[in-house]
Amino acid sequence: MNLPEGFPKDKKCTLAIENVTMQFGGVVAVNNLTMHIPEGAIVALIGPNGAGKTTAFNCITGVYQPTNGKVSFYDDTIVCAHPTGKAAKNYKGWNADLYKDEKEINPTPDQITKLGIARTFQNIRLWKSMTVFDNVLIAKHMRAKQNVFSATFRGNAKEEKRMREETMALLKEQGLDKYKDELATSLPYGLQRRLEIARALATDPKLLLLDEPAAGMNPQETQELAEFIKQIREKYNLTILLIEHHMDLVMGIADYIYVIDFGSEIAQGVPAEIQSNQKVIDAYLGVAEDD
Amino acid sequence: MLNEKKNKTNLYIALGLLVILYVFLILLDNVLPQNNFVLMLVPVLKKSAIYSVVCVSMNLLNGFTGLFSLGQAGFMMLGGYAYAIFSIPHEQHAAVYQYFDGGAIQFSIPEALQNVLGDFGGAFVGSIICIIIGGLVAAGVAALIGIPVLRLKSDYLAIATLGFAEILRAVFQWDGLGRVTNGSNLLRKYTSFSAMKIGNFKIGTLFPFLIATICVIIIVLLINSSYGRAFKAIRDDEIAAEAMGINLFKHKMLAFVISSFFSGVGGALLAMYQTTIQAAPFKSAMTYEILLIVVIGGIGSISGSCIAAFLYIACNEWWLRFLDSGQFFGLSVPFFRDGFRKVVFSIVIMVIVLFFSRGIMGDKELSFTGLINKIKARKEKKGEVA
Repeated sequence: MNLPEGFPKDKKCTLAIENVTMQFGGVVAVNNLTMHIPEGAIVALIGPNGAGKTTAFNCITGVYQPTNGKVSFYDDTIVCAHPTGKAAKNYKGWNADLYKDEKEINPTPDQITKLGIARTFQNIRLWKSMTVFDNVLIAKHMRAKQNVFSATFRGNAKEEKRMREETMALLKEQGLDKYKDELATSLPYGLQRRLEIARALATDPKLLLLDEPAAGMNPQETQELAEFIKQIREKYNLTILLIEHHMDLVMGIADYIYVIDFGSEIAQGVPAEIQSNQKVIDAYLGVAEDD
Repeated sequence: MLNEKKNKTNLYIALGLLVILYVFLILLDNVLPQNNFVLMLVPVLKKSAIYSVVCVSMNLLNGFTGLFSLGQAGFMMLGGYAYAIFSIPHEQHAAVYQYFDGGAIQFSIPEALQNVLGDFGGAFVGSIICIIIGGLVAAGVAALIGIPVLRLKSDYLAIATLGFAEILRAVFQWDGLGRVTNGSNLLRKYTSFSAMKIGNFKIGTLFPFLIATICVIIIVLLINSSYGRAFKAIRDDEIAAEAMGINLFKHKMLAFVISSFFSGVGGALLAMYQTTIQAAPFKSAMTYEILLIVVIGGIGSISGSCIAAFLYIACNEWWLRFLDSGQFFGLSVPFFRDGFRKVVFSIVIMVIVLFFSRGIMGDKELSFTGLINKIKARKEKKGEVA
């Protein structure tokens, strides 16, 4: 594995994305993306609108099966695919033969979450008809030791009590406990974002994927969010991968940045390098055409 | 803490009302005079108890899990047939299966138990076993149908389940299976509600209510458990539910199988109520009837479904009957003739759907403390005015 420069050698690699290509019909949304995320780091994936950031997220979390490529989580392969049939004929990406002999692995999103990868969504997806408390409590369902009979006939009282206590503790830590009986959608926007992160934390993740956590926030809220993300990383020993548009946020908290444009990586490095990278500036601001 | 106290009060009031209801039902069967009023009331009560089970089971699927399934009548038919087949007494087989050489199954569970437990015990325990068998058969078939069908979403799921229900009905009417299902002929002579008596003490009306209470309580417990919350999460946002580690297929399958189990139980009770069973009436029209009750009661409200089941059955079979009779308080009204009831009924339903589109209860549950508080508040208001 050729790890990127500046990758801390003493740290394990939490998530490795290798040569991931996602092609929809004739459109290559993500092209040969390779990323390595060291344990305990905050890594950002940035790029202009339509660059393929969320598609990359969806390939990691099992929403899409990538056309080609491999994703591993702590050295275990969790997603593996290569183009077959019609997709192979129309394949426009690279490395089509690289994973030909490997077993295809196509997990569903809940299996990925079970491994310890939790995510939030770009457009908040809270459960609308439920209270703040229930929203977090349901995320505990996955790891509860129970079956449908023990749950129905209350044979799981201890487990249920544990879930409720842990939920309450989590809400308190996130400062959401005073809203616990309110409908999730009645919270102000910033708190809804925070609740979504709390819900993701309730699944006991090792890796947290944040899809534009600062979207629609004002500068002050963004500042608070940056602090918040740093805090939860310390508190829960998390590794964080985030997609973001707010450069202030990214430059402030990211340890390492990957920049993609039109599906392909155009730059990677620590924030200072990215800020001065001409390719990145061109991608964001456009290039003046010479006559 | 306040909430817990409220819940407890609600529970005690509900239990008290239930006991009063049971006592009333026993009186209805044994003590009260069998006048016209009682003769109308008893079947309406029985049928509405049965429909409550079916509607609540449909609500579990449509209202709480967000799966728009229209296979209810099919699963009811499975339950009803399974019940009837296993409870026809042995000496009646020759008469019931007269076109099919006395049928393939030559035993009867209630009869076998009657030898051990006596007349009442045999009928009571035997029919409960047969009802459970009915539920299990429906659940088993649902598990098989669910594998392909639950991969579909919304309207497509409705179409597929509707189709499967119709296929099931056709299969049951097929002569090739006649030795079990009696083809398109009636199954009859099995244990019905009238067998539920100890000497002269009848519990024929109480019996469906007992079963219905147990079923509804189990469903309510399920809905308030961790799994019930997961079902609601799937209803609210499937993508978020999946991302939070809820296995969509497993949970949808659970909801589908459990719902079908209780539909099967409802079907078995319906078979007991009707005393004969035939595949023909279990058409999609029956599913729509149940769906209508669920919508009138409020999608996502258990108590709403129960109340609406009673109101619907009472209107359909009793309160609006006068519209067909040609008379109104002794006066003859020319357009009050056969079928006019259906016209009025349709208008009532349209009004409900247009102006109370969330049903009687919306997605709330009936709360006795809430009701008492409302009445108190109204009294106080009146006091102020005076």
